[in-house]
Amino acid sequence: MVQDTKHTSNKTRLVKLTVNGVAYERVVEPRLTLVDFIRGELGITGTHVGCEHGVCGACTVIFDGYPVRSCIMLAVQAHSHSVQTVESMSTGDQLHPIQQAFWENFGLQCGFCTPGFLLTVQDLLSRNPDPTDTEIREELSGNICRCTGYQSIIAAVKQAAIYMRKEE
Amino acid sequence: MKTEHTNGIGASIKRLEDKRFLQGQGNYIDDMQLPDMLHAAVLRSPYAHANIIDIEVSAALEQPGIVTILTFADLISVKPIPIRLNPYGSLEPFLQYPLASNRVRYVGDPVALIIAHSRYQAEDILEHILVQYDPLPVNIDTEQKVINPLYNEAKNNVASNFVMQKGDIAAAFEQAEHITKLRFTSGRHSGVPLETRGLIAHYDATQERLKVWGPTKVTHFNRGVLARMLDMGEHQIQMIEPDVGGGFGVRGEFYPEDYLIPYAALILKRPIKWIEDRLENLMACNHSREQVYEMEMALKKDGAILGIKVLLSNDQGGYIRTHGIIVPELSAAIFPGPYHIPNYRCEVRSVLTNKTPAGTYRAPGRYECNTSRERLLDLAASELMIDPVKLRSMNLIQPEDMPYKVGTESLGEDIVYDSGDYPYALQEVVRLSKYEENRINHNPLSNKKTGYGIACFVEKTGLGPFEGARIEIDQTGRVTVSTGAANVGQGLETTLAQIAASVLTVPPDSIRVLHGDTDLIPYGVGSFASRATVMAGSAVYYAAQQIHKKLLMIAAHILKCPIDKLTISDGGIYISENQDNRLTLAQVAQQSSPRNCPPDMEPGLDFTHYFRCNQMTFAHGATIVKVEIDPETCAVIPKHVWIVYDIGKAINPQMVKGQVEGGAVQGLGGALLEEFKYDSNGQLISGSFVDYLLPTATETPIMELKRLDRSPSILNPLQVKGAGECGIAGMGGALANAVADALGDSGKKVDMLPITSEKVWRWLNTNAG
Repeated sequence: MVQDTKHTSNKTRLVKLTVNGVAYERVVEPRLTLVDFIRGELGITGTHVGCEHGVCGACTVIFDGYPVRSCIMLAVQAHSHSVQTVESMSTGDQLHPIQQAFWENFGLQCGFCTPGFLLTVQDLLSRNPDPTDTEIREELSGNICRCTGYQSIIAAVKQAAIYMRKEE
Repeated sequence: MKTEHTNGIGASIKRLEDKRFLQGQGNYIDDMQLPDMLHAAVLRSPYAHANIIDIEVSAALEQPGIVTILTFADLISVKPIPIRLNPYGSLEPFLQYPLASNRVRYVGDPVALIIAHSRYQAEDILEHILVQYDPLPVNIDTEQKVINPLYNEAKNNVASNFVMQKGDIAAAFEQAEHITKLRFTSGRHSGVPLETRGLIAHYDATQERLKVWGPTKVTHFNRGVLARMLDMGEHQIQMIEPDVGGGFGVRGEFYPEDYLIPYAALILKRPIKWIEDRLENLMACNHSREQVYEMEMALKKDGAILGIKVLLSNDQGGYIRTHGIIVPELSAAIFPGPYHIPNYRCEVRSVLTNKTPAGTYRAPGRYECNTSRERLLDLAASELMIDPVKLRSMNLIQPEDMPYKVGTESLGEDIVYDSGDYPYALQEVVRLSKYEENRINHNPLSNKKTGYGIACFVEKTGLGPFEGARIEIDQTGRVTVSTGAANVGQGLETTLAQIAASVLTVPPDSIRVLHGDTDLIPYGVGSFASRATVMAGSAVYYAAQQIHKKLLMIAAHILKCPIDKLTISDGGIYISENQDNRLTLAQVAQQSSPRNCPPDMEPGLDFTHYFRCNQMTFAHGATIVKVEIDPETCAVIPKHVWIVYDIGKAINPQMVKGQVEGGAVQGLGGALLEEFKYDSNGQLISGSFVDYLLPTATETPIMELKRLDRSPSILNPLQVKGAGECGIAGMGGALANAVADALGDSGKKVDMLPITSEKVWRWLNTNAG
């Protein structure tokens, strides 16, 4: 969403925040959602919008360390907070172990829900390095994938847990 | 470098497109921004059926950010959106115009297009357009008495009424020793890709060309439709497919917005973006599945099927869209499934209702007909006290009967099953699931009711008539494959790269696969009907073979030796007994340039092949599902799914497995969770993901799959059949039968999808069913 400054209303707010460790400052309408801010204002488009009502999980970002739905948060609520998106996970060509595990286990097809899943799994494994199948299913129940049928995603999470435990 | 066996056809290599998706670097339509871009919003009808008396836009034109508003009156010489598959002239009165003219026929029918400086502004302006409607009586049910038909041309709202038949159905029922009757209903679903639809259109006045980003599935066909609707030449339009967040049949058809956004871009001469929101997606994108089957089956006492009579009602919604009536036609054509039904009659009534128009969704027409038929078989088995496996086994088409002419037709072609060992697939799934042991050994201490259900299926795949591939090797030895097929998330780039890699003996990840851009290749068909691997894959195979031959010719010239002494392997060419003098593809490519090529040879390494085939290839398989039902909550809990399927050869077995698993879970959604519900006024009351429930990881059971390759396709050089719809095809029937099995005596009442707790409670607690 590009805001055309000539045409926005005069009721605007300053938002200062960090996204993936980089500080940004923008003047926005208070109604602008966080996901539209990240994607449209900052041009960081890895975070996707699947439902715009907080159900599908595609827009999941890490907000001060916790996963949140950026489609039902406003950009102004992120003022002086820190946000991490999927773009923070890998450095250059080097995939994060969770991304590597998704790749090796065919844990994605169209790729649209994937950024939300990756960040949800990152959060899960930071709290629970060795989750059971049931725990994985519970934790992923807030993210919808319409392509894979979840089997390969669950396999990927188990593989990722092994990779991450080895790293430590 | 790896050899062919580790990375080419048959290898489960990691998908080539995944790295960009995993890193958030995919390029989906809403990720694109063009300079000076405007944004669109569609005003949609809040009424299911109404005449439009007046549209007042003056207040809206005063709003901040407004650029323009288009209503039907503003669309110059607008035409209706044509049918893509099997157009029947009699359906023309029911086609949809991009904007409603004087009547709206479903909640969500487009009435006006707003162009503004931002999407927020465009959506703000929606409420400032004042439309005066005169509501009409609403037609919601295909069987209700029609007070006010949707069209003057459709008496009783019936858009199409036809019969498909074989044998002598009357004689079959005269000979019947037993007749089983069932009325089965399938709910209204849709593909619901996680990415909603979206488009960007821009008219480049200097080049006099219109560019449209966002189309997929059938880009070449849609370019033709748009050209005709806009009175432009096809050469003046370029359609470009970005990364696509799921297709499932619904995405990529030509919808009203596919005309409106390019039209607005043409008149405003500025780029325009439209992104569908989820509510719009659920009420504007094609619905599917809602069908009622009134079935009667004539049998011998031993379970042999003599004939089946079906009256099929298809709830088409408010307009005929691009699929015409192909969905119920496929239902009627494939209803016999993998069984030998000597006498068959199916009468189809496709009925217009005041709902979102219907089209195809993964296994269109087959999910419904398979579910209904498999439920009918189980009911007959229970009435005749025959084991459901035995009843199926004795009626399955035998492998020695292949190729088997069903006696029905679809898409203007006779349905002919090309190959398959149907009894073997059933035996395998019975063995894999330990069906016989498990059914006997119900845990008597559990308070849960457990049930097992079976379904057998045949899936039509690899629909023609053609698909093309162009392969080039540039001066650096880099291989590029271009095709008119689309990547809707299924992994086309990987599959085609693997096929080309096998022939050219180079690593698949060194091959670039381009697709979905109408400028790449003159002709294309697209990705639907599980056809991309079969059709585009075969085209790649033949084009690669031609380039392989040319490589050898040039190499023979360089090495001054006969062609039959040359070997290509690991991306290099050498004289068979002497590997020292090895030429790389780059060296050969340089020698094939017009500068260097011998005068008696045509320069270049650039071949296009169109693979043509008018016959479909049929995959098949069998599905078993185990469910538990909690007698207190009546919740149906799927516990385990077993699917045995045969698609001939697999290019990438893990990707195939993903297709089957993903389809199976969509089938589970349709059987237990998903349903578009309408109230009596025609309001869609499941317009969000809180109401239209998609399966999540917690509703998804363990799956065990087994792929057979006993029946390679005889219709293409790769011996492949499409895999995309094998997972979903049997899920409705297997789940419905499993629930019926769990419910014991009440099981015979199971007569509809989706099976919700409320329905289970009713089946258990009422006599009427």
